[in-house]
Amino acid sequence: MKYVVWGLVLLLAILHQDFWNWENTNLLFGFMPVALFYHACISLGACATWYLATLYAWPLDDEAEIETSHVGGASK
Amino acid sequence: MTQLIIIGCYLALLLLLGIFSSTLFKGTSKDYMLASHSIGPFLLLMSIFGTTMTAFALVGSTGKAFVDGVGVYGLLASSSGIIHSLCFFVLGVKVWKYGKKYGYKTQIQYFRDRLESDKIGVILFPVLVGLVIPYLLIGVMASGTVINKVTAGRVVEGKVVGATFEEGTFPKFLEYAKNPDKPELPASFASGSTGGFPKHIASLVICAIVLIYVFFGGMRGTAWANTFQTILFMVLGIVTFYMIAMKLGGKSTLYESICAASASIPKDKLMRTHIAQSKFLTYMFVPLSVGMFPHLFQHWLTAKSANSFKLPVVAHPLFIMIVWVPCVLIGAWATGGLIQIPPHIAANENSILPFLVGKLTGPVLGGFLTAGILAAIMSSLDSQFLCLGTMFTTDIYIHYKEKGSVSDKQEIFVARSFIIAIVAITYIFSLFEPRSVFTLGVWSFSGFASLFPLIFAALYWKGLTKAGAYACVIAASVSWIYLFAASGFAKDEEYAMQLGAYEVMPVTMMLLASTVAMVVVSLVTPKPSAATMQKFFPEKNAA
Repeated sequence: MKYVVWGLVLLLAILHQDFWNWENTNLLFGFMPVALFYHACISLGACATWYLATLYAWPLDDEAEIETSHVGGASK
Repeated sequence: MTQLIIIGCYLALLLLLGIFSSTLFKGTSKDYMLASHSIGPFLLLMSIFGTTMTAFALVGSTGKAFVDGVGVYGLLASSSGIIHSLCFFVLGVKVWKYGKKYGYKTQIQYFRDRLESDKIGVILFPVLVGLVIPYLLIGVMASGTVINKVTAGRVVEGKVVGATFEEGTFPKFLEYAKNPDKPELPASFASGSTGGFPKHIASLVICAIVLIYVFFGGMRGTAWANTFQTILFMVLGIVTFYMIAMKLGGKSTLYESICAASASIPKDKLMRTHIAQSKFLTYMFVPLSVGMFPHLFQHWLTAKSANSFKLPVVAHPLFIMIVWVPCVLIGAWATGGLIQIPPHIAANENSILPFLVGKLTGPVLGGFLTAGILAAIMSSLDSQFLCLGTMFTTDIYIHYKEKGSVSDKQEIFVARSFIIAIVAITYIFSLFEPRSVFTLGVWSFSGFASLFPLIFAALYWKGLTKAGAYACVIAASVSWIYLFAASGFAKDEEYAMQLGAYEVMPVTMMLLASTVAMVVVSLVTPKPSAATMQKFFPEKNAA
């Protein structure tokens, strides 16, 4: 599932390059420019993808191990 | 005058919030700078979002959509939804982990430890501060412009009517300016403040207000003020959209009005034919900047737990959409024939949103909506101010003092003094010829983005060496300075570069230069010690 999530992120980055909408001047629903609607959908897709990422690919699996230890830390 | 009173009340409210949060202040520098790692998911979302959504998002996006059309959303908003959350996810959580474990307050502390290099701080500090200044500048400039435009009168046949202040209320140098379209004419009131609150005083007042509540409340006050202001600008943003749509469209329902307003957008503002596809692609590198924003780094460290990041990671793209879509539509509507944009407003794209608010809403609502725009601007300025102070005290002042010789009180005093010095420098820059908020923002973000390889490699690449890190910072800063100067210091708003047959954003070349320098130098220079490697890349099975 982790790889699916990263695949979706890559897919979003590719779909973001919507050269097929470059000259589209249509208005969807009578008011929404196609280019704007398409990219608003990319934003929603990003939201869904990152939700999946927090479920299946969360990077910190050792939170329990984290203790505040300043040994040698913070340079000074 | 009504708008000014409402704006004044709002600013007073902010001061009260700062004073109230100071009652919870524990008196330690860690509490002042990191709120004692106490920030939960909701406050973290609001403070991170409020910090990243600046004058750039409201004033800049509307102005840029007025110039370039609806394609602006794809240039930076949708890509930011992908890239910002990616940075929170891939960098933020890991940075928080090390910050919590080893007590870091700043980026430079982390890099010094990770690279076993004291000098990395000396190289990185001026670069980070230098890049924050243009970012601060857009907030300082925009706040003055917004307050001035909503309180200004109209120019009818060369005369100012309906102004808040009579000519002569303020000294001449604050009221008079040259017409950018006709520089051969002498400076005049009608081309200057136009009877509005002078923008240079307005900028100064906003800086002072933010300084006061940051000084009183520290990071906790900043996080609270950010949350309050983020909610405010999102709610008032929706109200602004509704009011402007109804007035512009002029129909009886919102839907009909929006349809009428959108139908007026010229075809060329619905297309992206004026933006090269390769340039559009390389715009996607710009949001990588959030990986190296020092103020965002500090916000990451305030998190109570790693799980606090989940809400910001998921909701950030949605929040960007909620703010940007209405702004871009409003900017595009202003290009249609439903409203006449005076030449002096059209000449300065930063004025479009405040002009529409002032023109299309009444004084009471106009005052509230202006407060909303200022909220967005100030919710970024505060974090940037605080972060500058934290960096100076932690990475320079205390670092080079004898251990234990600086009290928490002295540390906070030095932080505040440095913040005032940088704000003063930024304010002086704002007095010069204004630049497009959008263009200046992109330059600042491009500089930070060119440092992205450094933080990414530090967290994930064992092969990074201190010499490689120096090379990365030097290559990024030299290429940034060179290209920024080549663009006439952001004067050429369409500045781009040729990479073979393709037109690309300058950030591409900077990123390429910093990455190549970092990798090549790291491959031929000695690696950090085994102890450091174990500290930052522990073996899974190590005892």
